[in-house]
Amino acid sequence: MKYKDYYAILGVAKNAGTDEIKKAYRKLAHKYHPDVSKEAGAEEKFKEVAEAYETLKNPEKRAAYDQLGSYQPGQDFHPPPDWQKQYGETPFSFEDVDLSDLFAGLRGGRVHMHRERGKIQMPGEDYEVAVHITLEEAYRGTEVELDLSMPEFDANGRLHRVPHVIKARIPKGATDGQRLRLPGQGGKGLNGGRNGDLYLNIVLHPHPLFRVSGHDLYLDLPLVPWEAVLGTTVDLPTPGGPVRLKVPPGTHAGQKLRLARRGLPKPHAGEGDLYAVVQIVVPGAVSDRERALYQQLAQGSTFNPRGHFEQELRHESRTH
Amino acid sequence: MKVELTEVLWLDEQQELSLTELAGLSGLSEEELRELVDYGVIAPVDPEAEPPVFRADCVVIARTACRLRTDFELDAPGLALALTLLGRIHDLEAQLRELSAQFPHRPRKKS
Repeated sequence: MKYKDYYAILGVAKNAGTDEIKKAYRKLAHKYHPDVSKEAGAEEKFKEVAEAYETLKNPEKRAAYDQLGSYQPGQDFHPPPDWQKQYGETPFSFEDVDLSDLFAGLRGGRVHMHRERGKIQMPGEDYEVAVHITLEEAYRGTEVELDLSMPEFDANGRLHRVPHVIKARIPKGATDGQRLRLPGQGGKGLNGGRNGDLYLNIVLHPHPLFRVSGHDLYLDLPLVPWEAVLGTTVDLPTPGGPVRLKVPPGTHAGQKLRLARRGLPKPHAGEGDLYAVVQIVVPGAVSDRERALYQQLAQGSTFNPRGHFEQELRHESRTH
Repeated sequence: MKVELTEVLWLDEQQELSLTELAGLSGLSEEELRELVDYGVIAPVDPEAEPPVFRADCVVIARTACRLRTDFELDAPGLALALTLLGRIHDLEAQLRELSAQFPHRPRKKS
């Protein structure tokens, strides 16, 4: 069993009072609670904080924790023999349980690491995991394999941490932020209680070309000035394969050209759209011939894109 | 060891849940759920129906409510306020994502 320093996790001294422990927990909960925090690794951090608080706020559990002794965080350790004598209901292995399992089972001065027969039904714990998928996987659907470790009672009624491998089909159309439920795939229920559920939270990897908003996709479409003026036909990549897009003459920068139903599939029917966002791109260096042509264009054109500035500029030159 | 492939359930408007089912899935009591309905945080499919029926995606907000209630020791008005504000943040983030997706990104320089 690996040691966790609950006092260090909450940032309090070993002789801290209950109020101080509560205050430290509240502060850290506001900082790291996964429903309100945007900090990286907040969820893991909050789990540690909640586990530490769960044990230290209860005088009985805290006393039992203190008597375990002090070790380095993460260090493998065995509770001292007199600890086992005092708190152990019956001898049990500390090898494949977590410190949190030990204190979750502490009631009435004894650690209950055995299934209590004939007691009240307890539903199994729900689990929530983030599943990272690519845009291509969201487009076609995919299968993911999840490795979870759950506390479970064996045939003899003893508690162990058991690795669970769950293979789930992510249907097409599950995009960023979509929650999916796997009924009964969470922790096992106790004494006939229902099994917990597993919730998947879909997270899309950023794509080098496509930006995602719901089921719509956005793609930058760089055009050179003459393509924007004269119109052109371009081949566009889309998740479903290349499509040919006609760019009308007089297309301006920032304009969004919509390709209906070329976005991500929606959960039950239909598809989002794909938008090509026009950018006008000028070459960094031009040849003598190109420069001459631009100069010829500059001399021949009467187009003034800043006509609306003129009244303001005239007004300003009068007042200064 | 062969691992069976598990089919997932969508949490969306296509699935509906009874008040009892939503309570069972979220960890909130039916009374607490009714309170959240009164505060307008969770909306039943038909406001007049008794007992109420909910869209399956209400599970997400109800589970969040259960976590916040336990972890911050919130009472019903505090919980309703926190959920309303989280809902607004969620909507604003979705708008921000949409706007950011529409905004052309700077073309990458060739290395």
